[in-house]
Amino acid sequence: MLRLPAFTYYRPKTATAAVALKQAHGKDAMFVAGGTDLYPNMKRRQQTPLHVVSLQDIEELHLVEVQKDGSVAIGAMAHLTALEMHPYLQAHFPALAHAIAEISTPLLRNMGTIGGNLLLDTRCNYYDQTHEWRESISFCMKKDGDICWVAPGSPRCWAVQSSDTVPVVCAMEAEVELVSPLGTRRIKADDLYRDDGIQYLTKQPEELLTRIILPAPGSWKASYLKLRRRGTFDFPVLGVGVCLWFDADGIVKKANIRLGGVGSYAIPATDSERLLVGNPLTDELIAAAGTAAMKPARAMDNTDLDVYWRKKVAPVFVARALRACR
Amino acid sequence: MVLDDPRLADAAAGQASAKWRHDVKKEDLRVIGTAIRKVDARSKVSGLTRFADDLSLPRMIYMKLLRSTQAHARIKRVDVSKAKAVPGVKGILTGEDLPTPFGILPVSQDEHALCPDKVRFVGDPVVAIAALTEDAAWDACRLVEVDYEPLHTIGSIKEAVEHEEPRIHDYGVRGNIHRLENLEFGDLAAGFAASDHIREDTFFFEGNTHLPMEQHASLAHFDKDGKLTIWSSTQTPHYLHKALARVLHPLPAHHIRVIACPNGGGFGGKSDPFNHEICAAKMSMLTGRPVKISLTREEVFFCHRGRHPVLMHARIGVSKTGRIKALDFHSLLDGGAYGSYGTASTFYTGALQTVTYAVENYHFRGARLFTNKAPCGPKRGHGTVQPRFALEVQLDKIACDLKLDPAQMRIDNLAPRDSLTANFLQIGSMGLMQCINKVVDGSGWKTRRGLQERTADGRIRGLGIACSSYLSGAGLPIYWNGMPHSGVQLKLDRSGLVTVFCGSTDIGQGSDSVLTWIIAEVLGIDPLGMRVVTSDTDLTPVDLGSYSSRVTVMTGNAAMQAAERAREILAKGASEQLQVPVARLTFADARVFDSENPDKGMSFADAVIAAESRFGTIGTVGSYTPPKSAAKFRGGGVGPSPSYSYSATVVEVEVDPETGIYRVPKVWMAHDIGRALNAAVAMGQIEGSVYMGLGEAMMEEMAYRDRSHKGHRIFVHKIPSLLEYKSPSTMEMPEVVTYVVEDPDKNGPFGAKEVGQGPLLPIMPAVANAIFDAVGVRVDEVPITPEKVFAALVQKRAGKVGRYGPDELPPVNFGDSLKIKTPWQGGDGTAWNEPKRDKKAAR
Amino acid sequence: MIDPGKVLATFCINGEEQACAFVSHRTLLEVLREDLQLTGTKHGCELGECGACTVQINGVPVLSCLMLAVDAIGQQIRTVEGLADGPALHPLQDAFADLGAAQCGYCTPGLLMTAEALIARDPCPSREAIKQGLAGNLCRCTGYLKIFEAVELAAARMRGENPVPKRETIYGS
Repeated sequence: MLRLPAFTYYRPKTATAAVALKQAHGKDAMFVAGGTDLYPNMKRRQQTPLHVVSLQDIEELHLVEVQKDGSVAIGAMAHLTALEMHPYLQAHFPALAHAIAEISTPLLRNMGTIGGNLLLDTRCNYYDQTHEWRESISFCMKKDGDICWVAPGSPRCWAVQSSDTVPVVCAMEAEVELVSPLGTRRIKADDLYRDDGIQYLTKQPEELLTRIILPAPGSWKASYLKLRRRGTFDFPVLGVGVCLWFDADGIVKKANIRLGGVGSYAIPATDSERLLVGNPLTDELIAAAGTAAMKPARAMDNTDLDVYWRKKVAPVFVARALRACR
Repeated sequence: MVLDDPRLADAAAGQASAKWRHDVKKEDLRVIGTAIRKVDARSKVSGLTRFADDLSLPRMIYMKLLRSTQAHARIKRVDVSKAKAVPGVKGILTGEDLPTPFGILPVSQDEHALCPDKVRFVGDPVVAIAALTEDAAWDACRLVEVDYEPLHTIGSIKEAVEHEEPRIHDYGVRGNIHRLENLEFGDLAAGFAASDHIREDTFFFEGNTHLPMEQHASLAHFDKDGKLTIWSSTQTPHYLHKALARVLHPLPAHHIRVIACPNGGGFGGKSDPFNHEICAAKMSMLTGRPVKISLTREEVFFCHRGRHPVLMHARIGVSKTGRIKALDFHSLLDGGAYGSYGTASTFYTGALQTVTYAVENYHFRGARLFTNKAPCGPKRGHGTVQPRFALEVQLDKIACDLKLDPAQMRIDNLAPRDSLTANFLQIGSMGLMQCINKVVDGSGWKTRRGLQERTADGRIRGLGIACSSYLSGAGLPIYWNGMPHSGVQLKLDRSGLVTVFCGSTDIGQGSDSVLTWIIAEVLGIDPLGMRVVTSDTDLTPVDLGSYSSRVTVMTGNAAMQAAERAREILAKGASEQLQVPVARLTFADARVFDSENPDKGMSFADAVIAAESRFGTIGTVGSYTPPKSAAKFRGGGVGPSPSYSYSATVVEVEVDPETGIYRVPKVWMAHDIGRALNAAVAMGQIEGSVYMGLGEAMMEEMAYRDRSHKGHRIFVHKIPSLLEYKSPSTMEMPEVVTYVVEDPDKNGPFGAKEVGQGPLLPIMPAVANAIFDAVGVRVDEVPITPEKVFAALVQKRAGKVGRYGPDELPPVNFGDSLKIKTPWQGGDGTAWNEPKRDKKAAR
Repeated sequence: MIDPGKVLATFCINGEEQACAFVSHRTLLEVLREDLQLTGTKHGCELGECGACTVQINGVPVLSCLMLAVDAIGQQIRTVEGLADGPALHPLQDAFADLGAAQCGYCTPGLLMTAEALIARDPCPSREAIKQGLAGNLCRCTGYLKIFEAVELAAARMRGENPVPKRETIYGS
C-alpha cells in the first residue's frame, strides 16, 4: 500500500495563525486544503513537507459571499461540490460552475476545494509517478533530478498547468486575495501564475490564498471546454476558457481566451483575441479565431493523448468554446 | 467414506446421466437457468468476503520488493548492509537465496523470484525486505545499493528481430526469438489459385493489461510444524503449489498449502506463479513469522502477463461470394521479458480463425520475441483477440471490395457444426448464425448501415459487425500428465448439508456458484443451502485453475459426476426405506419422493440418514478429463477444447469528423453459451466482456516511455497508474442489448459452454468497422484512438488512402512449414513432412 | 499540533464509538483496515484514482485513502459494515445481490457507499444521474450496467414501490 511519510500536522483556527506556522517552518511546511493533490504527491514522495498546515478549521475560508454588486467572494476552502451546486453560481457563472463540475470525480469534488484547484501543482507524466518510477529515469528537475525529460536540452521545467478552473477565472478576470505577515493583497488571477513548471506561482511561499473574487455579472459571457480521454477522472489536456465582453450591438468589445493543459500556465490566445475585438461573432470569425489559437497551444509530450493531435484540434475546441459564448 | 467402485459408479452415472444430457428441456430444470443469487453474493455486498490483503496474523511482518530501475542490465553488486541496519528490519532476501528458476510452462522455466545476475525490465525484483512495518521495509529498500552494468535495451518487435545480441535469455530459438511456429494445413497455392479475389493487410494490436481492482497480495506462514501456508490472490493455486514445491525444494510438496483467496478480479493476470508469492513464502521460512505483501498499483503493472502486442499480416483469398479459399496468417508477438504462457499465446494467435468460418486451406506462422518490457501472458481471450481483430476487419474490407453485406457474407462462410476444421479442431454445437441474426435484427443493420446520419451535435453515425469464437477450456493441461483436469468431492451430512470440495477458484466469475447450481439440480436441493470449500490445496481435489474459460465445463462435469454418484447412493437408501423402485424416485425441493405418488417420500436429510445407515459415511468424487484431440501434429495441443462458444456483435459509433473523437452509444451482443446455467450471471459476464473490449478498442494500452539522453536510454512503463492507464468509467459505458443464445453442446454440463471471455473478442473489430461505416476510414490498429481516426481522416481528405496502421512486418525466417493434410484432403491429424527446424537450419 | 507520534482517539464508526491508537500520519483507510480490522473498505490505488476506498463522512462519500484519520475524529464515519441495520441486507445490497452487480466484489463496498449517498440526495435518480454520481468508482468486472440497474431497483424499493427487475435485465433480450 502506498502510505504517507511522517509529518507534524496542524489545524490552526485563523488565517493569521496558519501564515505564522508556515513562516515559522519555511520550506519544510506546506498548506493543505482538501488534500486531494498534496497527499497523492506526498505518497509518491514528490512533495515531502515535514509540517503540514491544514486550513479546514479556518471558518472564514469556507464562506461564499454574494456582494451587493453581484460579484462573488469565494473562500479558498469552499468545496468543489458545494460550488458546482451553488444556485447563484449556476445562474450567473455557469462557465465556472461547469468547469468545476468537470474536475475529476464526484468523490474528489466532495473533498477538493477551489483554492486547492487554483493552486494545483503542475503535472507531468515524468513527475506524477512514484519515487521508485522516478528513480528509474534518474528523476527530473522538478524533484530530485537535473534535467527536464520533456525537453532535455531545456533549462526549465515544462510541467503542465492542469486545473479546470484556472483558464476560466483568468479569462473572466477574477481576482485572488493573498494574506501574508505583510498584510493582504489582491491581484488579478492571471497575475498569480508564471510560465515555469516549478515556480508556477507568483504567490510567495508564506502567502495564503484566502479568497477568489468573481466579477459582477454584466455584458460578458464565458465558457469552458475541456479535452480529456474519459468523461470523468481525467485532468484536462486542453482546457479552453473564454470570456467575451459585448456591446449593445453584439460586437465583441474585449476577448480573453486562455488555454489550459498545454503549458505551465493558462496561455492567452492573443492572436485570436485580437481578431475578435471590434467584430460580431460570426461563423467565419469564430473559425479564424480558432485557427489562430493553434500557435499558442504548444502542447508537450508529457500528458495523455498525442501531442501533435492536441495542437491540431485546439482550433476546433477554441471555436466551439467561442460558439458557446454566442 | 464410501469408496465407490469407479466401474460400478460410472455405469450408474451413465444411466443416471440420461436425465442430465445437454438436450434436457428447460422446463424440466429447477435450478439451472434461473436467475438466483450467487452463493457468495451476500458476503460480497456486505464487505465480508476476505480477499488476500484483508487477512492478518499475529506477529505478521510486511515485505517490500526492491525492483530494477534498469530495463536491461547485469547486476554487478548488491549491498544490503545499510538496509539491514534499519530499525524493524527482520529479513532480507537476494537472488542467491532462491536460485531455482520457475515459470508457468515446463518449457520456459526462465524466471527467478529475485534476479540473481541480470535484470530484464524496469520492475524486475532484485531484493526482498521484511520489517515490522511496511514503512520500515520501504525505507530499507531505499538503502540497498545495486550496481548495474547496462545492456542494450530491446524495446520493440522490430528491435528484437533486428538485434540478435544481446540476447535477453540464453534459451529460445535464436537471438531474441523465443518461439517460432510454422504450420500449413492443405494446399495454400491451390487455394489462392482458386480464389476470385485476394487481398493483403497488415495490422497491429498494442498490448494492454487486466487491471483487476484488487492489487495482488499474499500472506505466507511457515509454522512451527515445518509446514507452509500461503494465502494469495491467485487464479491457479495448483500451479502456484507446483512452483513453490520446485523453488523451495527440499521442502516437501505435501508440506505446502496454497489457499487462493477470492480474487478481486483476475482476467488472466493472476494465473502465473509470481515473485512476490515465492518471496513471501521464503521470507516466512527465514524469519519464522507470518509475512504479508500487498503490491502497489505500479507493481501490478509490472506483474502484467497481459495482452501481447502483436504485429500481423494476413493474405486471404476468397470466392466471389466471399468464401475463404486460402488464408495465410503471420503474427509477431512482443512477449516482454519472460516466457510466461507465451508459447501457448503464440499458437493461439493462429488457432481459432478456423472455428468461426470455414477456411479451406490455412497457413499460420507465428513468432514470439523477447523484449525488455513487463512480461506478457494470458488476458481474457488469450492470444486469439489480436488475430480476431485482424480477420474481422479484413473480412469487412473483403465485403466492401465485393459489395457484399458483411453480415450475410459471414453467414455464408460459417464453419459447420459437428465438424473438424482445417487444423483439426472439433466443433460441436455452433450457434453463430443465430447470434448474427439476433444482432442484425436488433440493431436494424439492414436499414441503418451506410446512412452516415448526423447527430444533433454534428457527429456521424456508423454501424459495424464482427463475430468470434472462444474455447471452453484448454484441451491439455499446462504440464504433461494423465490425470483429470478437475476433481470434485462431495460430503453429505446427516443434517442434509451438502459440502462441495473443489480446487477451482472464484475470481468473480461465479465458479463457486456454478458448482452449487449443478449439484443442487442433480440432488434436488437449494444451492444457497450448500457449503462450498474451494481453492485450498490441502483440502480440495485438484482443479487446474480459473483460466482458459475452463471452469464451467470442466469443474461442472466433475461436479455433475460427483453429484450423480451421490444421488445413486441416496436413491438406493431411499428406495429401500420407501419401498419405491430407484427408477421412480425424484429428487426435488429438498425431498426424495415417488414420482408417481409425490406424497410418498422423505426429506433430503432423511434420505442422507437412510443411506448413511446402510452404507456408512457418505462422500463421492467426480472428475473430468477433456476428450482427446484429433490434432496429433506438433503444436496441435493448443486450440482443442471440449466446445467452442460463439459471439456476434453490432457496435454503433458516433464520430466527430473534425477531431476524430468518437463515442459508442450502443452495442448489440449475442453470445452462444450452449446453455445458461444462470442467465443473470451469464449476462454479467457478457456485459463485462463488452466493457473490457471497449476499453481495449478505445483507450487502453501498455505504453512505454522511451527516451535517450546523452547515451542513456530510459525505457519504462509510461503510465502505471489507475489515472493514466485509461479504464472506461461509467461515463463511457454504452447501452448494451444482450442476447443469450443457447445451442447446447454435448460436452458441457446441461449443454453449457463458456461465456467469460468470448464476448470480448468481436468488440474491437466491430468498432473499427463501425468507424469505417461512419467516416470511410480504416484504423488497422488497436487501440483505435481519436488521434488515429483523425490521422486517417486527414489522409482521406488529402485524396490518399484513409487508413492508419502499420505497413509491414520485419522479416523473420520461419524455415519450412510443418505440413498437415486437412480432413477433406483425407488427413489424419498428423504431419506428412519433417521440416528442418533445428536452430542452425532456421538461421 | 499533532506530532508524528501515536495518537489515541475515539472514532464514531457506524454509530458506535471505537477507541484506537495510531500513528498520526495514517490515513483513515489504513486505520479502518489495519487498526480496526474493518476490512470491508478496499483499496485499489491509494491515490484517489479508483473509488474502492469510499466511505461516508457525515453522509458525504469521500475517499478514505486521501483523508487523515485524525481529521475523522468527531465525525460520523460510515463504512460498508454499517450499511445494513440488523440481520437483513440494506436494499442496495439486496439489489446488488439479486442482479449480480457484484462480480468479484472488490469495488462493491465503495460503490455501495457512493450509491447510498446518491439515493439519500435524490430518491429517484435518472440513469444519467446514476452514471454521473458513480463516475468516481471504477469497476472492471461488470461494465456497470448491472450496477446502474441495481441502484434503480433499490431506489424504487426504498421509495416503497414493489418493482420487479426487467426480464431483459436478467434473461437478456
